[in-house]
Amino acid sequence: MLESAVIWWTFFKISINERLIYRADFMLGTLMRFLPTLTQIFLWWAIYDVISNTDTTNSGTGPDGNIAGYKYGDMVAYYLLVIISRAFSSMPGLTGGIANQIRNGEVKKFLIQPVDMQGCLLMQRLAHKLVYYLIATLPFALVFFLCRDFFIEGWPPPNALAVFFASLVLSFLLGFYLECCIGLVGFWFLEVTSLTFIYMLMNFLLSGHMFPLELLPAEPFNIRQLVEYLPFKYLAYFPAAVFLEKIEGPEMYRGLLAEVGWVVFFIVLSRILWHRGIKRYSGYGG
Amino acid sequence: MAWAGMNWGLFKIIYQHTGEIGLDSGWHEHEFFLFLGTIWIINSLIQTLFMANAAEFSELIRTGNLDFALLKPIDTQFLISFPRINWSQLPNGILGVMLIAHSLRELMQEREIYFSVFSIPAFLFFIGCGAVVMYSVMICLASTSIWFGRNQNLYNFWFYITNFYRYPMEIYQRSGVGMALWGTFTFVVPILVVSNIPARILAQPLGTPWKSWEWGLAAYAIVGSIWSLMASRWVFKQALKSYRSASS
Repeated sequence: MLESAVIWWTFFKISINERLIYRADFMLGTLMRFLPTLTQIFLWWAIYDVISNTDTTNSGTGPDGNIAGYKYGDMVAYYLLVIISRAFSSMPGLTGGIANQIRNGEVKKFLIQPVDMQGCLLMQRLAHKLVYYLIATLPFALVFFLCRDFFIEGWPPPNALAVFFASLVLSFLLGFYLECCIGLVGFWFLEVTSLTFIYMLMNFLLSGHMFPLELLPAEPFNIRQLVEYLPFKYLAYFPAAVFLEKIEGPEMYRGLLAEVGWVVFFIVLSRILWHRGIKRYSGYGG
Repeated sequence: MAWAGMNWGLFKIIYQHTGEIGLDSGWHEHEFFLFLGTIWIINSLIQTLFMANAAEFSELIRTGNLDFALLKPIDTQFLISFPRINWSQLPNGILGVMLIAHSLRELMQEREIYFSVFSIPAFLFFIGCGAVVMYSVMICLASTSIWFGRNQNLYNFWFYITNFYRYPMEIYQRSGVGMALWGTFTFVVPILVVSNIPARILAQPLGTPWKSWEWGLAAYAIVGSIWSLMASRWVFKQALKSYRSASS
């Protein structure tokens, strides 16, 4: 037990140092990340401008410019919060990395070394993310300070805030194990690029990355209802919605519980895939 | 292609909630999809013709293989700009044409729009201008890798810059910051006219007779594309001066 803890700690430290090499680049990159949001702000402004000024008989629009319960400020705040959720849940290159290691035989090292693959990768990601938050706090704080007026409701109540943070941590785990599972499919498929691509698309559309999920149409078939049963919404939509108090009370706790359920599900699934996978694995090449 | 589909889906959803983007700007659903189709065409043109080449150019700089290009008795910018065509990006353009055709038909049923033998050539001409501007932007971006020595950011920068030209210019024209952005991306880096002029020719969001400022803008698009081409040429030359090769 202690031994493996030491091993994990070492992985953790290595990864942190690895990440600290390109600090300035990092910070600049973080700021750049907000540029698309800038155009989003203008786009939604133009949309709300129309809605507030035209007759409210249009379907889905209510008085004083509100789309599916989102006022203009809410909408912008939503996009900003989604950037935070994504900072936790997105795992660039994880799936491809695992599949690559399987294909070129690097995965062998996890079979002979007393190290667990998921654990090692998890430590790596954890370190990367931690460093990321450390460095990104400054640009994030700056942008959120500049945009504070968009948060019309102000801070959410403490319990919602707690759920918000919990759901962020869970979204990190969910994102990690979900992508892990897809990568481990590489034991059977060898090439998972197309699978990754499909996942990315689904993620983009159904996680609320592109727009609040409330906007999804219930016609011709009920996508709105469908996303409730999928894990994607916890990757972006759920934390943001909790912060904006779009999801409150028992529903909020139920959501959090469901998220825990999904995390456990994908942890178990990834273990199963791993154990089945290495039985099937034959190590070619060196 | 999937990105294109997703983009389409996003705006399909947005238009379920609103009738227009930008008050009285005339960008209703069909007009906007004409705009979107135009964007897809320009994007696919750029990605087919220049994207791979620009990336290759950055790579040449990093590895020092640009030496060979410099030695050849032919204009370097020409040489590095056109060696490859990336056909895989073309389908998006075809999709764009299809979207435009469809939206145009819908639009014609909806209201009177002016369409003559000149519309298509004019549209194509301004698409061409647009491609020139975008090419210039890309050359400038790629040239910066002479100074910075790394090229991973090329695609990122490209993504962030194209972000601004993907919407009708009206959305910027309402507030201080917006006007600043509008000014920057119209007069300094004229990427807004790239998408707006051709789309306006077909969609005519403000009705059939063009407003005089729209004529002015169209004229400016031509000037802008020439200016950006010259600017990119200058940046390219300046960057080459700082090129120090790399050991091979």
